[in-house]
Amino acid sequence: MALSGVEIFKHLPKTNCKKCGFPTCLAFAMKLAAKGVSIDACPDISEEAKKLLGEASAPPIRLITIGAGDKAVKVGEEVVLFRHDKKFFNPCGFAVAIKDTESSDEIKKKIEAVKTSEIDRVGQKLRVEMIAVTDAANDPAKFASVVKNVVDSAPGVPLILHSMNPSVIEAGLALCADKRPLIYAATNENAEAMAKLAKDKKCPLAIYANGLDALTSLSEKVKGLGVEDIVLDSGARKAKDMLEHFTMIRRSAVKKSFKPFGYPVIAFANRDDSMMEALIAGIGVMKYASIIVLSSIEKWKMLSLLTLRQNIYTDPQVPMQVEQKIYKVGEATDKSPVIVTTNFSLTYFIVRGEIENSKVPCWLAILDVEGLSVLTAWAAGKFSPAKIAAFVKESGIEKTVSHKEVIIPGYVAVLSGSLEEKLGEGWKVVVGPREANALPAFLKSRGA
Amino acid sequence: MAFTIPKENYNGKVYEVELGVGDRAIKIGGESTLPFLSFEGEMPNRPSIAIEIQDLPPNDWPDTVKKVYEKVSSNPVAWAKFCQDELKADAVALRLISTHPDQKDTKPEDAAKLVSEVLNVISIPVIILGSEHIEKDIAVLKTVAETAKGKNCIIGKAQEENHKTIAAVAMANEHKLIAMSQLDVNLAKQLNILLTQMGFVKERILTDPMSSALGYGLEYTYSVMERIRLAALQQNDGAMQPPLVCDIGKNVWKTKETIAAEAELPEWGSLEERGIIWEAMTAAGMIMAGANLLVMRHPKAIELTKKLIEELR
Ligand code: SF4
Repeated sequence: MALSGVEIFKHLPKTNCKKCGFPTCLAFAMKLAAKGVSIDACPDISEEAKKLLGEASAPPIRLITIGAGDKAVKVGEEVVLFRHDKKFFNPCGFAVAIKDTESSDEIKKKIEAVKTSEIDRVGQKLRVEMIAVTDAANDPAKFASVVKNVVDSAPGVPLILHSMNPSVIEAGLALCADKRPLIYAATNENAEAMAKLAKDKKCPLAIYANGLDALTSLSEKVKGLGVEDIVLDSGARKAKDMLEHFTMIRRSAVKKSFKPFGYPVIAFANRDDSMMEALIAGIGVMKYASIIVLSSIEKWKMLSLLTLRQNIYTDPQVPMQVEQKIYKVGEATDKSPVIVTTNFSLTYFIVRGEIENSKVPCWLAILDVEGLSVLTAWAAGKFSPAKIAAFVKESGIEKTVSHKEVIIPGYVAVLSGSLEEKLGEGWKVVVGPREANALPAFLKSRGA
Repeated sequence: MAFTIPKENYNGKVYEVELGVGDRAIKIGGESTLPFLSFEGEMPNRPSIAIEIQDLPPNDWPDTVKKVYEKVSSNPVAWAKFCQDELKADAVALRLISTHPDQKDTKPEDAAKLVSEVLNVISIPVIILGSEHIEKDIAVLKTVAETAKGKNCIIGKAQEENHKTIAAVAMANEHKLIAMSQLDVNLAKQLNILLTQMGFVKERILTDPMSSALGYGLEYTYSVMERIRLAALQQNDGAMQPPLVCDIGKNVWKTKETIAAEAELPEWGSLEERGIIWEAMTAAGMIMAGANLLVMRHPKAIELTKKLIEELR
């Protein structure tokens, strides 16, 4: 159970020595209760109290690392049910399942798809992170050969080893234990053997039980066997069960500090219809899955899922914004057009992307409007002729380019007259398209 | 440790609103829980989906969705009938886009004539949307609301600047009303309060929080809706309890993801699937955030969304 500040205070040295950086032990206790500071900041606390408080102040959902090196995936450590309450911290990881019975051609294609899955979206690189090697033949040698194939051809990509048979898992682990794969899964029947493998090889262990009562006892059992890094699977496969189970698990962990559920959740979204599979995975993204296993990863599908994940895991407190300045896009020269827009990062990245698409080098003048989109900033009076003019003048663009022309977004066409006035003698304001996706045609037509 | 189901105790619920008349009338809203959490409350009505049609051929829609309606979209009446008969739509959303001064500036009487023709050929509920031009909508919606009297339509959208007149005609002609505000919990609440202060019955309002598409601000709409829904349930706040309507088709089908050819962006994959999933995934997001009524365009995206809703029930 999470302790209150006063309860924590009882265990502190009560000397008010200030070494923690707080004026009093009570102030430190309060901050600790709010999880805003680490217990290690107090050098004088007794080992006993530290252990007690450490447990109480641990995040409600354990952080689990799958894989090793710079491609390792970290999931868990979530603290809220709704993103608006704080934020969702560690984006769920996507894995594609490869069955050991698939043809070597299919396997090769899937590995290739994972390796080329990276997309760039509003400045972030997003991709399918993991591969789940799935035992369908119940044959340790066959499983191991596919694991080897994946380890060799997709170096660094974290693995999930999927089998209910401990000897199959053992064969796979022999080839990749140092890469910290996630073992899937311990069940009530094989728990001892799986827990031993996980402990010996220091790998995280997923546990599978049918329903939340069974999952509770299995979680306690596996923890009792000495496994710390656990991932939960309640057997939910239908959208309704996923939503309800994952909600109950997250609530139990976050609001009731229910230890057996203080771990990340794994979801399986296998459907014959790939579009349906995408939507089921989408439910997982929005509602608390930390690892999502897919049966296929077509590019259109991953674009939608990676975008959804990026949206949901965006920090809602920080308006996404970029720095106010003149950005050079392509090999812009003194003849290149100057385009003005706002510093909402989505606006910036989309406009920039379209300028790049057009192959027409430009100067992109980004005005600080506190991260609002063009229309919202205009409505709030932050994207006004006076402000745009002042920025253009102060930016020094006049020295960079030999013309006196700026292009403004089509949505604020009404500003053009007044902006021209504010900019002064010789300046010309050109109204650009409303939507960024019309920029390439617009820029090319001007160049011609 | 034994597991106990962590239930929330809510004291409020979303208003249940009936749309349309006769055996094809539908009900939306009425839930006393967050979306689909049957373990702690009721969700008597599934989210409904209206298919969007408009009074101009959809020349600016991307091919993926435009081609589906090729045979009917030059005639809004045939288009409406196609949605009802062939696509088995729950409802139709007729957008009077041609009335916009920048389009054809169609006169209110002409728009009303079309509305009455559409109402004559279909029996499913109709949502009548203006062009979102503040002044023109006042004139257009006034006339069409009168024409549609007795059909229990939804009229929209009333915004802060024109809500008085539009609400008055919706009230006088016994329609439901969409109240739209700019992506903000307090603005949504404020507008609903303004409406009730002028005597509009709050059980006849639908809130449009202002939709957005996947990748283009979806998370803002999502969180605004979650907060509205929590306020409705936890605080029993009447101004936050109207059903939520999300007009997503027009946002989705202008994004680059639904337009750009695969040849141009090979890393984005097949355009056909990409467009459809973009609309369906946006719909899934809105549904998880509490949407009760969606306005969508592509039949395949609608079918997928309906399947998802079935699986969530
Ligand atoms: S360092 Fe420890 S003992 Fe000193 S004031 Fe802080 S909490 Fe108290």
